[in-house]
Amino acid sequence: MTRRTVVTGVGVVAPGGVNRRAFWELLTAGRTATRRITFFDPTDFRSQIAAECDFDPIKAGLTSQEVYRNDRFTQFALAAADEALAESGLDLDATDRDAVAVSIGSAVGATTRLEDEYVNVSNHGRDWQVDERYASRFLYQALVPSSAATEVACRYRTHGPAAVISTGCTSGLDSIGYGHQLIEDGDADVVIAGAADAPISPISMACFDAIRATSARNDDPEHASRPFDATRDGFVMGEGAAVLILEEVEHARRRGAEIFCEVAGFANRSNAFHMTGLRPDGLEMAEAITDALGQARLDPTAVSYINAHGSGTKQNDRHETAAFKRSLGQHAYDVPVSSIKSMVGHSLGAIGAIELAACVLAIRYGVIPPTANLENRDPECDLDYVPKNAREQRVDVALSVGSGFGGFQSAAVLRRWSA
Amino acid sequence: MTRAVITGIGVIAPSGLTAEEHWRSTLAGELHVGYHDDMLKGQVSGFAAEGLVDPRLIIQTDRWSWMSLAATRMALDDAKYDPAGHDPYATSVVLAAGSGGNEFGQKEIQALWSRGRAAVSAYQSIAWFYAASVGQTSILHGTKGPNSVLVSEGAGGLDSLGVARRIIRRGTPAVIAGGTEAPLSPYALVCQHTSGRLTASRDPRTGYRPFDADANGYAPGEGGAVLVVEAAATAAERGAQQVYGEIAGYAATHDGHHPEEPAPDSTQLARAMRKALADADVTPDEVGFVVADGAGTPALDALEAAAIRAVFGRPVPVTAPQGFVGRLCSGGAALNVATALLALRDGVVPAVGNLSRPGHELDLVREPRRLAADVVLVNARGFGGFNSSIVLKRYPEEGLKHAR
Repeated sequence: MTRRTVVTGVGVVAPGGVNRRAFWELLTAGRTATRRITFFDPTDFRSQIAAECDFDPIKAGLTSQEVYRNDRFTQFALAAADEALAESGLDLDATDRDAVAVSIGSAVGATTRLEDEYVNVSNHGRDWQVDERYASRFLYQALVPSSAATEVACRYRTHGPAAVISTGCTSGLDSIGYGHQLIEDGDADVVIAGAADAPISPISMACFDAIRATSARNDDPEHASRPFDATRDGFVMGEGAAVLILEEVEHARRRGAEIFCEVAGFANRSNAFHMTGLRPDGLEMAEAITDALGQARLDPTAVSYINAHGSGTKQNDRHETAAFKRSLGQHAYDVPVSSIKSMVGHSLGAIGAIELAACVLAIRYGVIPPTANLENRDPECDLDYVPKNAREQRVDVALSVGSGFGGFQSAAVLRRWSA
Repeated sequence: MTRAVITGIGVIAPSGLTAEEHWRSTLAGELHVGYHDDMLKGQVSGFAAEGLVDPRLIIQTDRWSWMSLAATRMALDDAKYDPAGHDPYATSVVLAAGSGGNEFGQKEIQALWSRGRAAVSAYQSIAWFYAASVGQTSILHGTKGPNSVLVSEGAGGLDSLGVARRIIRRGTPAVIAGGTEAPLSPYALVCQHTSGRLTASRDPRTGYRPFDADANGYAPGEGGAVLVVEAAATAAERGAQQVYGEIAGYAATHDGHHPEEPAPDSTQLARAMRKALADADVTPDEVGFVVADGAGTPALDALEAAAIRAVFGRPVPVTAPQGFVGRLCSGGAALNVATALLALRDGVVPAVGNLSRPGHELDLVREPRRLAADVVLVNARGFGGFNSSIVLKRYPEEGLKHAR
């Protein structure tokens, strides 16, 4: 018998508001959280804007040890997991902890802490043979980003399988997809599944500067993230985390949990083309979408909302517009499509999980978040992108997609729960 | 259920630049951990990416990816499997990555802080991150099947094989799996020092010694292995000439105890082993030998020894050949799987690496031992509490004919 996965909790740490409620308010109001970078002086950089989280880990409930030991990305993951678990009402003391798994996605792990510490041990980048006497005590945790899964497992004393999934910018979709497969395959009844990244640091900004992937609209940060707009000029860096509590449906029912929706399908593919380039035909993303819908036994016309990758780079937005048409046919023109990156930026590996959280909430509350800043549609992007204002509309089936460096293409289908 | 078999092995390790070289050296008991630049480590010497990896790719990627690309090429050659001859969606890439493109990343942070942001390479965004090797491998070989990158430190190599099997069971016929690691650049080493688990010894003989009474920490090493995993039926259909073994069982647990301290007991490691055996539908008595994680610290070795005793209840032969090469983070478990498969093939179990005074109540293999085993269990642990176990089973020669 097929084991089905449902979502019973959502936790979010996102720019503009560091919990689920603030996140949803931001999205439905169509407000943007992009601003001039405050974490360091960005003056010398090509892109000087980002969507930053105003995050206080202690206020978020972390112990001082957890803060001291961990990079910001792991702190985000812990805060989001806390909120998701609280909301799910899951009593871990009454749960078989052997059957609780952890799957956390991250594209760049502890990159910020690794860079900060490097400045110390290398005497501001002067010495190649670095001096370990200046290294902080917990640098190994930064080197191996598996520490994020470890911290979650240790905080909640879970004993099921644990892993970090790191497939670049599709990490968040892939980690939740992996969690879903753990339930399907009987390896877990509950999965704390999500993703986190905190890449707003000089090296991350510099590496995307070098390939002109990020927006240089520095004089107008609030309107810099412009997916599908004709004047878009790249993505705006973001940070954050989201965690979903995935649960085998009978497990959720037995404890009388509120079920938000079902994870009905997940698939990914590689484009085998280029590390950063995309072919305009969207072929492989379309394959992933078709596979995910097939697992859900849904016709393309059943899709009521598409949460797009919509990063705001020239090629991405055309690539996925083509992928939607290829996979959904004529229905692509009828279904609302939006990119929340217009408001919360692109938090690399985390965003896939944050976007799935938005899909869960769209199904729950019947509101489709808009694509902010969409003034003049790119003529090659000719779908209904829900410009500027949220739309009240029942959502039964939400499709979320992601695309990332390395050629990764992922798709997940969430469906309103019905037995 | 679809059976997943391993049909190709590629190795880049301190013990050799091919699987057979590694195997010969391992059986000969050659110690490849050496004292370089004030510490013990297992370096891959004589490895030149040139000739094994396209020069254009070399400048875009880190040493860790070079090793991965080279090992993949050898594994595909060994399996006589060319992804280009198949539907592009019929092949997947799933590798483990523990720490990413260390040397490349250090170079670029150095460039940024000493010369400014314009000095940062256009390749930093695609070379350093953990998915670089999988992305480059899929592009080089034109593979479009489902992918993943597993990060669970030392357990990652086994976890990648667990995911490979899931992908095969969901209908993709072939998966390139395993992993390599290159954590010997200066900054990566400093990071490892802070874990408190490295040996302080300066003499290779008294350094990393899994299960030795005088174990005092591990020496880091580089390299790993890549394996070609296939659905048995499609391997038969294409006329695959060899099957090293079947991934018969796999399981993973987490101690969920403390991010640094060893687990209070071996419950979760033992549970991973039992679950993997149950998954493979074999009893502990059917297991010929165990390739242990062999962490090389007294507490961690004692925990694994207790887990092995608890699961087997008899003196099962135990080896940990990684004592010869050091701990290769996520490359280590993949290499141990390669070694285990070669041991099954040749009916000989290699010795525990660098063991001089056995310190645990185990049947530790001291010299290569003739043993016609059909089943082997491989353990791997990752820093922080990851436990993974895999059960590999000899795949009968006539098995492929039946699969067809």
